[in-house]
Amino acid sequence: MMGNVSLLDFLSSGHPVEGHRPWPRFRLDIRAWRALVGQLATSEWSVISLWGEPEEIHVALRDDESGQIAIASHPCPERWYVSLGRARPGVIRLERAAFDLWGLAPMGLEDRRPWLDHGRWPSRKPLASQPQPAAERPLTYDFLAAEGEGLHQIPVGPVHAGVIEPGHFRFHCQGEAVVRLEQRLGYVHKGIDGLLTERSVEDAARVAARVSGDATVAYSLAFARAVEAALGCEVPPRAHWLRALMAEMERIANHVFDIGAVCNDAAFAIMLSHMGVLREKILRANDALFGHRLLMDRVVPGGCARDLSEEGAEALKHLLHGFTKDFERAFKLYDNTPSLSDRTQGTGIANGSLVHRFGAGGFVGRASGRGHDSRKAPGYQPYDMLDLSIPVYAEGDVNARLMVRFDEVRESLGLITQILSDMPQGAFRAPLPSLAGEGLAVVESFRGEVMVWVRMDESGRVARAHAHDPSWFQWPLLEAAIEGNIVADFPLCNKSFNCSYSGADL
Amino acid sequence: MTPVLAQIAQIFLVVALAPLITGWVRLVKARLNGRIGASPFQPYRDVFRLLQKEAVVAHSASWIFRAAPYVTFAAVWLAACIIPTFTTNMVLAPAADLIALVALLGVARFWTALAGMDVGTSFGGLGASREMMIASLAEPAMLMVSFSLSLITGTTSPAQIVAFVLSGGVGVEVSLGLALAALIMVAIAENGRIPIDNPATHLELTMVHEAMVLEYSGRHLALMEGAGMVRLTLFMALIGGIFAPWGMAQPEAGALGLAIGLGAFLAKCFLLATALGIFETVIAKMRVFRYADFLGGALLLGLLATIFLYVSEAV
Repeated sequence: MMGNVSLLDFLSSGHPVEGHRPWPRFRLDIRAWRALVGQLATSEWSVISLWGEPEEIHVALRDDESGQIAIASHPCPERWYVSLGRARPGVIRLERAAFDLWGLAPMGLEDRRPWLDHGRWPSRKPLASQPQPAAERPLTYDFLAAEGEGLHQIPVGPVHAGVIEPGHFRFHCQGEAVVRLEQRLGYVHKGIDGLLTERSVEDAARVAARVSGDATVAYSLAFARAVEAALGCEVPPRAHWLRALMAEMERIANHVFDIGAVCNDAAFAIMLSHMGVLREKILRANDALFGHRLLMDRVVPGGCARDLSEEGAEALKHLLHGFTKDFERAFKLYDNTPSLSDRTQGTGIANGSLVHRFGAGGFVGRASGRGHDSRKAPGYQPYDMLDLSIPVYAEGDVNARLMVRFDEVRESLGLITQILSDMPQGAFRAPLPSLAGEGLAVVESFRGEVMVWVRMDESGRVARAHAHDPSWFQWPLLEAAIEGNIVADFPLCNKSFNCSYSGADL
Repeated sequence: MTPVLAQIAQIFLVVALAPLITGWVRLVKARLNGRIGASPFQPYRDVFRLLQKEAVVAHSASWIFRAAPYVTFAAVWLAACIIPTFTTNMVLAPAADLIALVALLGVARFWTALAGMDVGTSFGGLGASREMMIASLAEPAMLMVSFSLSLITGTTSPAQIVAFVLSGGVGVEVSLGLALAALIMVAIAENGRIPIDNPATHLELTMVHEAMVLEYSGRHLALMEGAGMVRLTLFMALIGGIFAPWGMAQPEAGALGLAIGLGAFLAKCFLLATALGIFETVIAKMRVFRYADFLGGALLLGLLATIFLYVSEAV
C-alpha cells in the first residue's frame, strides 16, 4: 500500500545533503518533488514548515507514525515549484509568504494573493537574489466574496481598541451569525529571515528570541538547539535542565494569563485579576532567579546565560507550593460559575479532522483530539527523563482549550518540581566551535511546536536561518471555528486560540 | 419647601449625583477584583475633561449625529426629574406617570440608535441593532411592571404610588415581589450592565451601548456618558422609591423630613450601587442570543405579577 511508505524511505530517492543534523535533508529533483506532492495527499505525514532560499524551497516533514523527521529541498532556479497547498491546506499561507519574500512561485496554487507583502515594503521580493523595486502604491487586497440576501461586512482592525497586536479581520455576517471570517495579517512583518542572514551567532540569537516575544524562551531554545545541532556541540547536562525549567515557567505564565484573558472577554474580570496575580508571581520569580521577567536571552547557544543557585531553587519550591493552592482555587471558581461555562462550552468548535489536516498543535490541537507534543515526539532532553502526560480533549470548543491550559499548568508545575529535585550539578554553558553545518530543532512552546532551521558557514556565523511559529497552522482554524457562531463570540474564540501575530508575520 | 423649590433641587440633584454613583459602582468592582481602583469622583473629572475637549465629528455624519447627544441627555434628564427621589412634593409630580417614563427612555434610546447608524460604521449599526433587540424585549416588560403597579395602587403616577405604599395601603404582595424582580432585570438591560452588556469592555464586537457611541468625542461624548450615568441613577431612584419608599418626605414634611428624605435616598442609591458592583463581579456576560431568555423572563414576571392580582382578588 502506498500510504505505508516511511518518510525516510520515500525521501531516500533524493540526494542527501551532507552535514545536516540531527535529521537528514534530501535534495529532490522535479520528479521526486512531484511524487512527494502526490504522496502527501495520501499519507499521514505532517508538514512542520515550509520556507525558501533565493533558488531553493524547503519543506520540513514528520512521519507521525514512525516519528521520523526530514527536510525535503527542491532547487528551483526558474523560481517556481509545484505547490503543496492542495495536499496540505495549512501550507497555502506559507507558500504565499515564500512568494512574497523569495519570489518562488507555487505552481498549481489558486490563491496567488500576496500574504505578507502589502505593497508598503521598500522593495518587493526582498530576499530573492534580485529584489524588485517597491510597489508604486499599497496593494489592494481582494477578500473572498460571500453573496446572499441580508449579508453584510464588518471590517475589524488592524488597529484595535485594546492593547493587542495588529491584524485585520473581515467578517461576512447575516445579522449576528458569521457566514465567513477572513484574516489579513502581515502588519508586524519584521523581516526575520533577512535579519537572520549573515549574522554572528549572538546577534542571531537575540533576533530569534524576539520572533514572538511571549514565547521567547521557546524560540531561544529552538534556535540554540538548531545551532548546537549544526555545530555538533554537546551542551552540559545541567543546561538542558535549566532550559526546561525556564520553558515551563514561560508556559505557566502564558497559560494562566490566557485563562484570565478569555474569562475577561466574557466580562468575568475577577478571573483576570486572580490570574494576573499568579502570572506576576512567576514573572517576579523569573526576575529574581534569572534576571529577566520574561526570561529573554536567558537561553543561549551553548547553554544558559545564568545558573540557578541553591537558595533560588528553594525559594522557587516554596513559591510553587502557594501557587498550586491559589491556582486550584481559581480553577474551582472557573468550574463553578455556570454563567461562564455557558459562554465557553460549545463555542468556537475547531473540527477535529480539520485540526489533523492542518497539523495544528498546542492547545488548539490538543483540545480537538490531536495530542502531538514535541516534548514527547521527537522529544528532547531532559523531558525523556521526566514524567509528562499530554492532556487531550475531543470537544474542540473554547472550554476544551481552557481545560487543556489548566491541565498543562498542572503538568508544568509537576515538571518543575521534578526538575528542581533531579537537576544535575555541573557547568551550564559550553563554548561553541566554529564549523560549517546545518541544524534543525523543534521545541514545544506554550502555543505549540516552534521550529528553527539554521545553516552555519565555516567561520561559525549564521549564513541563513528560518523560524516557524505554530500559529501558521492555527490561524486558519480560527477562521473555520467561528463559522456559524455569532459575531459577539468572536473575541472569546480569538482569545482562546491566542495565535501570535508577530510569530506568523515574521 | 415649596414644590417648585423641591423640583429645582431634584433637577440638579440627579445630575450632580449620577457620576458619583457610577464611580461608586466602579470602585466596588475594583475593590472586589483586588485593585485599589479610581476615586469614586473620577467620573466627574472624566466628564469635565471631555467637556473641554474638541468634539470631532465624522464627515459622513448628519445633523442627527450632532443633535442626538442633546436629545438623549435631555430625555433621560427629564425622565429622572419626574421620579420621586427624596420628596413626593414636586411641581412636576402630577404630570408624571410611568408610561411617560417608558416613553422618555424610549426617545433617548431611539436617538442614540439613530446616531449609531448615522455615521455608517459597521459597529454603530451592530450596536443599534442589538440595542433595538434589547429594547423590543425590555420595553414590554417595563410596561407590564407599570401595569401591575398601577393595578395595585390605582395610579400610574410615581409620586402617588409612593404615597400609597407609604400610607400602608399595600401589605406584602406576591405581585409586588414579582414586579420588583422584573424591574431589576429591565434596569440591568436598560443600563447596559453585565450580563447584558459590559460597560468596561474594549471589544468592539461585543459592545452594545458603547458601539453606538463609539464615534462620539468631546462634549458629545460627555453628554452621552452623562445620560448613561443619569439613567443608572434614575433606575436606582425608581427601584428604591417604589419598592422601599421609607424615609421619603411627604408634602407636609418640614426641613427635618426633607433632610431625612435626602439621607434615605442617598443610602438607598449607594446600597443598590454596591449590590450592582457585587452582582457584576460574580457573573459573566451572557451570549447575545440569550438576551431573549433573560428579558422574556422579565416580561413573564411582570405578566405573572398582573395575573396574581386578579387571582388573589378572585379568591
